[in-house]
Amino acid sequence: MSIRHGLLALLDQGPRYGYQLRTEFEARTGATWPLNVGQVYTTLGRLERDGLVAPHGEDEDGHLFYAVTEAGRAELRSWFETPVPRTNPPRDELAIKLAMAVTVPGVDVAAVVQGQRKHSMKALQDYTRLKGQALLADSGQRTDLAWLLVLEQLIFQTEAEIRWLDHCESRLTQRAAEPPVPQGATEAPAKPKRRSRL
Amino acid sequence: MTTSQAAFNASAGTSPVLHLEGVTRVHGRGAAEVHALRDVDLKVYPGEFVAVMGPSGAGKSTLLTLAGGLDSPTAGRVLVEGTALGGLGRKKLAEVRRRSIGYVFQDYNLIPALTAAENITLPRELDGVSTRAARREALAALEELGIAQLADRFPEEMSGGQQQRVAIARALIGERRLVLADEPTGALDSATGESVLALLRARCDAGAAAMMVTHEARHAAWADRVVFLRDGRLVDESVSQDAGSLLV
Repeated sequence: MSIRHGLLALLDQGPRYGYQLRTEFEARTGATWPLNVGQVYTTLGRLERDGLVAPHGEDEDGHLFYAVTEAGRAELRSWFETPVPRTNPPRDELAIKLAMAVTVPGVDVAAVVQGQRKHSMKALQDYTRLKGQALLADSGQRTDLAWLLVLEQLIFQTEAEIRWLDHCESRLTQRAAEPPVPQGATEAPAKPKRRSRL
Repeated sequence: MTTSQAAFNASAGTSPVLHLEGVTRVHGRGAAEVHALRDVDLKVYPGEFVAVMGPSGAGKSTLLTLAGGLDSPTAGRVLVEGTALGGLGRKKLAEVRRRSIGYVFQDYNLIPALTAAENITLPRELDGVSTRAARREALAALEELGIAQLADRFPEEMSGGQQQRVAIARALIGERRLVLADEPTGALDSATGESVLALLRARCDAGAAAMMVTHEARHAAWADRVVFLRDGRLVDESVSQDAGSLLV
């Protein structure tokens, strides 16, 4: 998650100070990825070092304001124009856990799947409840829309996980109904030929 | 209603609107015997929205059919608002079905020759309510669902989402407190389906009880409780907390 570009996007709307940036960042993302003020100042320091923001004076309360530079604006435009890279799949603990569970003897894979599904279903219910509240509270402002989109992203992602778990379950059932692979073959490391059956 | 309120109902001694007690349903005999449901216990309280999920053939539709009194269990009891359906004669059972239970189907099942309001008033008129009083109730129900302007339209003059809203109004007319829904969003696009679910959710928040069969996790997530069926058994359930604790 790019805090750096998030801050640049906020500063593109006018000079702001650290605490203000934190509050506005969280208003748009519903505190899904909480930021501490320390992270904000560290990031501002790096942005300043890279010439993307510059100090923009202090107010009477001593708040130090920052403004985006031309280079910062160019960086922000390029961020919006460039797709988020998907070349390296993010490490997924659940996928790793299931890959291990089907190969380690004595693991009740169906129980692992069901336990995870219950947990993910609950998260999906909770996100949906938050979404229901967000829809009721929607005042038509852009920040409300931003929060709704973030919530819906969480909903679709969790739904995808549950669908995958359902698929794993039917795959396991299908496998259980097939004649067992001869003993010697199960000991051998998986070859590409066998993997293609998955 | 939040889950804590539904839990409060349970602890405060409120009776469930729907109670399945050790319900088993066996189809066929001998070698062809199929256990569609095995010893299922389930209670749905006023204000509760329960979703039923599970793979094909898990017994989801059988569960809904039994809950609606359209079929009888091989063993166990089904109680709707405290009345055991098994002990009722045909006429009385039809009356309970008409007065206490509303159905919402995937394909809406509105009668094409009747307007929205007439579709809604039909069960009430069968119950002996005067046409005028029934129409008043129907208009109030349509108003509550924000579709008063559809009262005099025929099903073919309405979109799928509008027809499903009318079906929900029909399901909750009169004293009906139990809605049984079978894939109610199956024929609708994602956004319209969602607004139908939000509506069902709101009716439950206002005190109704609903049980919905669905295979879509995203739709089931509108419920307070999601129960999982597998091979006719209730294997697990997931209960939503009050929101707010999740992201802070």
